[in-house]
Amino acid sequence: MGAGHAHPLHLERASPVHRLAPEVKIAAVLLFTIIVVVTPRTEFWAFAGYAVLLAVVAVLARVPALWLAKRATIELPFVLLAIALPFAGRGERIDWLGLSLSVDGLHGAWNIFAKGTLGVLASLLLAASTTMRDLILGLDRLHCPAVFTQIATFMLRYLDVLADDARRMRIARLSRGYDPRFLWQVKAFAVSVGALFLRAYERGERVYLAMVSRGYTGTLPRAENDRAPVTQWVAAAVLPAATAGIALAAALG
Amino acid sequence: MSDADPAAGTTPALRVAGLHFAYPDGTSVLHGIDLTLAPGERVALLGPNGAGKTTLVLHLNGILHGGPGTIDVAGARVNPADRAALAEIRRRVGIVFQDPDDQLFMPTVAEDVAFGPQNLGVRGDELQTRVDEALAAVGMSAHRDQVPHHLSFGQRRRVAVATVLAMRPEILVLDEPSSNLDPASRRELAEILEPLPVTVLMVTHDLPYALQLCPRSVILDAGRIVADAPTPEILTDEPLLRAHRLELPFGFDPVAARPTR
Repeated sequence: MGAGHAHPLHLERASPVHRLAPEVKIAAVLLFTIIVVVTPRTEFWAFAGYAVLLAVVAVLARVPALWLAKRATIELPFVLLAIALPFAGRGERIDWLGLSLSVDGLHGAWNIFAKGTLGVLASLLLAASTTMRDLILGLDRLHCPAVFTQIATFMLRYLDVLADDARRMRIARLSRGYDPRFLWQVKAFAVSVGALFLRAYERGERVYLAMVSRGYTGTLPRAENDRAPVTQWVAAAVLPAATAGIALAAALG
Repeated sequence: MSDADPAAGTTPALRVAGLHFAYPDGTSVLHGIDLTLAPGERVALLGPNGAGKTTLVLHLNGILHGGPGTIDVAGARVNPADRAALAEIRRRVGIVFQDPDDQLFMPTVAEDVAFGPQNLGVRGDELQTRVDEALAAVGMSAHRDQVPHHLSFGQRRRVAVATVLAMRPEILVLDEPSSNLDPASRRELAEILEPLPVTVLMVTHDLPYALQLCPRSVILDAGRIVADAPTPEILTDEPLLRAHRLELPFGFDPVAARPTR
């Protein structure tokens, strides 16, 4: 089921990481993220160790650093929040370059920045090495409730259709001289959003009728696929195991 | 209104008798439809917009129901109260809807074609065979792992036909099969539909397409079957066509285009 669905976070490569079954990758990233989050924020070396682990995965998956860095910018709004913390924080303060900074706030900012970045990078590596379709299949095999995987399946199919609808409506607006410069001119845009919603709603009804016509009774058939072999689970377990090792060493040391 | 039964003695593929229907808001749509299709027959259901064509189609597999009248598909009565029987009816009546984006909802072509048979309980190798056969029948085997969104409109319509063929229907119901197709896709679809060994009911107002594919046509207007005759006969009856808002495309001569079958 290796249908490449072109989403901007996917990177088509032939690598050992790409070949792993989606469910083992999802489990590995989830465990990795949990360990990163529970690591005390003052264990600076542990975070350096985690970053090295991700770098190794990135090299194995043949994902370029620049590609990762560009997409990691999604994290920026949170980083901006983190920058505010040292100024707004309470308690003991230190002076640095004439700025009065809160020690507690500095730690908080570091906490958000380090854990956020590691989490984002791990997710990006997962997305880069797994197609959307495989991600949903993986979640399904991990016994994620069917409602979620089904909604995701429909989104995967109809997001593009809706985006196309929206694009066509926008071109039609522009073709009739619509060029909003001021806030009070957005009415046409707002109305189009409403129209798009109605279209989506009506399409939902038609899709449902077509499904019922093919014998749909309320449950989507589960994809019958071979489960991931144990060797893949073991291979993927190396990441969370190494992460846990670093965390333990930091906690004991 | 002749209810011609060319193969008297055999069970008709479809028999609609005295079908009425009104929507819950009181809008009356069907006023006593009688229609019989012999096995293997290809019939065009012609009629202007709003004539009740889609309403009739949605009755054939029990999605709409409630009015007086009966429908039998290859001898089995459509009874919306009987869920198990309804599943079999939905296998027998394969509806290809007008917009393939409504019909194709799964992330890949093969998964979508497998959806219908899976609902019928088909699994494993048998399922694969069905998917392969259906995709081969519409010439889309090479695209089985593709995303429907990345196919051309004509290809999507062909896959929509395959999703229904995989259920091995007794009767194939096509809602406006030629709409939005470029001439080449239109011809390709005709070449696919022509050799299929199933009964076909084709809803359309594309009269040349009806002439090309269906030896027999019926006209549905204002909820009634107002004509039922060989397609060339209907298409050459200009007053009849005009009375029911049907028109041949400019320059089209049904006598010259009469299929040599």
